[in-house]
Amino acid sequence: MEQRVASRAGRGDPAGTGGGSGGVAGTLVKVVALGTIVGLAVMLTPALVGTQQWAFLIVLWGIVAVLAVTYATRRFVPAKYLVPGTLLLVLFVVYPILMTFQLSTTNYGDGTRTTKEVTISRIIGSAAQQVEGARTFELSVGSEGTATSGPYTFLLMDTGTGDIFAGTPDGIRELDPDTITVEDGVITAAEGYTLLDRRQVNELSQQGGELEGFAVPTEDGVITAQGFSAVELSSPLEYDETTDTITNVNTGAKYTPVQSGDRKYFTNADGERLSDQSWGENVGLDNYVRAFTDPRISSDFVGIFAWTLAFAVLSVGTTFVLGLFLATVLNDARVRGQRAYRSILLLPYAIPGFIALLIWSSFFNSEFGLINNMLNLDINWLGNPFWAKVAVLLANLWLGFPYMFLVCTGALQAIPADLKEAASLDGATGWTNFRKITFPLLLVAIAPLLVSSFAFNFNNFNAIFLLTEGGPFSPDNPTAGGTDILISYTYRLAFGGAEQQIGFASAISVVLFVLTGVLAAIQFRATRTLEEVG
Amino acid sequence: MTQVNPQAGQVTSPSDLTDPAQRGETSKNSPAGNKMSFGRWFREVGWRHIVGIIAIVYAIIPILYILSASLNPVGSVSATSVLPQTFSLDNYVALFTNPDRPFARWFLNTMLVAIIVVVTSIFCSALAAYAFSRFRFKGRRGSLLTLLLIQMFPQFLAAAALFILFTSIGDVLPAIGLDTIAGYILVLLGGALGQVWLIKGFFDSVPRELDEAAVMDGATHTQLYFKIILPLVRPILAVTGLLAFIGVLGEFILASIFLRDNEIKTLAVGLYGLLDADRTNNLGIFAAAAVLTSIPVILLFQYLQKFIVGGITAGSVKG
Repeated sequence: MEQRVASRAGRGDPAGTGGGSGGVAGTLVKVVALGTIVGLAVMLTPALVGTQQWAFLIVLWGIVAVLAVTYATRRFVPAKYLVPGTLLLVLFVVYPILMTFQLSTTNYGDGTRTTKEVTISRIIGSAAQQVEGARTFELSVGSEGTATSGPYTFLLMDTGTGDIFAGTPDGIRELDPDTITVEDGVITAAEGYTLLDRRQVNELSQQGGELEGFAVPTEDGVITAQGFSAVELSSPLEYDETTDTITNVNTGAKYTPVQSGDRKYFTNADGERLSDQSWGENVGLDNYVRAFTDPRISSDFVGIFAWTLAFAVLSVGTTFVLGLFLATVLNDARVRGQRAYRSILLLPYAIPGFIALLIWSSFFNSEFGLINNMLNLDINWLGNPFWAKVAVLLANLWLGFPYMFLVCTGALQAIPADLKEAASLDGATGWTNFRKITFPLLLVAIAPLLVSSFAFNFNNFNAIFLLTEGGPFSPDNPTAGGTDILISYTYRLAFGGAEQQIGFASAISVVLFVLTGVLAAIQFRATRTLEEVG
Repeated sequence: MTQVNPQAGQVTSPSDLTDPAQRGETSKNSPAGNKMSFGRWFREVGWRHIVGIIAIVYAIIPILYILSASLNPVGSVSATSVLPQTFSLDNYVALFTNPDRPFARWFLNTMLVAIIVVVTSIFCSALAAYAFSRFRFKGRRGSLLTLLLIQMFPQFLAAAALFILFTSIGDVLPAIGLDTIAGYILVLLGGALGQVWLIKGFFDSVPRELDEAAVMDGATHTQLYFKIILPLVRPILAVTGLLAFIGVLGEFILASIFLRDNEIKTLAVGLYGLLDADRTNNLGIFAAAAVLTSIPVILLFQYLQKFIVGGITAGSVKG
């Protein structure tokens, strides 16, 4: 029967183009929606071509093509239902995951964000000096796109000769003065360019802006901005591509790339660095090798992995045991007010997690915290690695038990009463009844939820970060804290601390992807969920 | 065919489920009814109440503490106890009067993100779930399992890649780049298929005869889906919507990477920053914000309570 419906559906008329008023409206909606999307893509195209963002252009028109093929034709009926979510999934989950794999083979991070070419031109540019008689220019900045999109061009008027040039990082060319408007000695308009006002120029010239370090190479050196004028500087440094060497023509010193850690610096024979600027490079599997062989990191890694597993297992275990216990105790028709119990026990689940976690972190304050005060304890909860682990588990128990309670209640209620009755008639006591009948049946229903709960806790960043921030840290090891799980450790490598090590953090992320996947697959196989997919 | 008993354990409220199962038990175990002696009542029922009350105390202490802290004008950890000693709305007033912590702004941002993400996700998930439930196509099983696997990975694991991706998107389209709410919404929409499995379980329980009848009556695919099938599964849409809502509300890491400007923060990042700035002394204001944030969620939970139990178990149990 399923097959019949399916094939009928496959041949069907998905958008109702066959007639009927609903069909007309449907077609209209479809045409308008597709039209809007194509229109948007057309609108974006010039800007993308202008800035040479070919990858974006391809992705953009790829999306349009997929949508058009799916919705403008009558074929691929299941695809009509699957495409919207799948597109989002591919763009913002699958693609970033693949990109993470790629990043994990690079040394990308602080100090290595630029390419080698850009680094070299920056090093050469930063050594540039103004020589006597050098040309100076009045500077305006033009954009070939909009004021914010770029690409940008320096519009330069020689203060000596009045000649006008357009300069980009690729070089300089003279412009026809007829295409230029000059007022009060400043270029105010130029054909083919949108001119930026001074505020816009200032913004873009700030740290991280597109105009920061903007340099126009010339025959004698390089033109750079100095406020709203520009000067031609010449650098004593020269780069030779064939020998991969930067030479200082004044002193004759030669600098070649020398490896230091995961990156290279231009260094001379005495080991002196020309600059602390390095560049991004493929490092192959070095990050993985480092994670598993660098004794410092790998010992952290093993310890953190063990605690991550323990944390996930214990979190699921404790919440499940407490939830099941409460569900079993309260799920008895003779207990009055079950609804009230359930409403109140649901509350911790309804409080947004980040709030609950932050409040719990204040409970563990060793001086004034609620727990030490109420129970008359004197435990340094968050300062001692052992007690911090206990604290994390205690807080997570509170957050997690209502979910397990609800789920277990649901599962218990779905177990047919006659099964238990039959067992009781056979003389089974309450405990045997529970152990032999209720529990196994319940487990069949709950196991998949336990697995997803495990996977969730395995990567439960919030529980760790909001409670302890991974701490406590020992003074000699600021990167791995006492309660760090793999994901919070990765976060610190990638985004925290003094130096971002995105390449290395990505490698750990990939290891985490694999671990999560493998663990989940093993558990699902064990719970037979996979076999049930019909 | 896979569903033997399509209606059981689905949208039924817990109380409905309780009754038939346990009425039988009651009549068998306590034929004497009211005449049960206290000792026996206690052994069989009374102790359950004691356990229940202990559980309630455990569940409720932190919540009382939040309430109490929000009403305490001193607002420090040391001055706060579980039961309110003072009653002052200073903290609540402070929330709305200090432009450095624009609570109302954060609240609106969060709602904006949540509504767009929840509606879009449920829409996409329901569409996909319907396809998985009704059509048999090549790669169906594989896709379902892939979805399940991808769901296991927190999106945050690819945070560095997302950061780079949205930096370059922002170069072309600043409106959806880094540090914009729109960009953040797009990132979260990557999980738009997150509820497919739960919803599919429900579609499976809607008899296919219904589809056939509607098609015979001349309904188009679109009409069948939007006018007939979708209204039938409204309860699970509500539950999955609630779960997605909670997810967005609690999303902290990606927001902390993507939303750095104070004006565009969500509650999770904003309130974290607020408390983290001075953990011992900002507790009162944080608690006031926590109360205002939690009330709508708690009300929603209570309102949808009867669907939740059936909802979360159903999708996982059925393949």
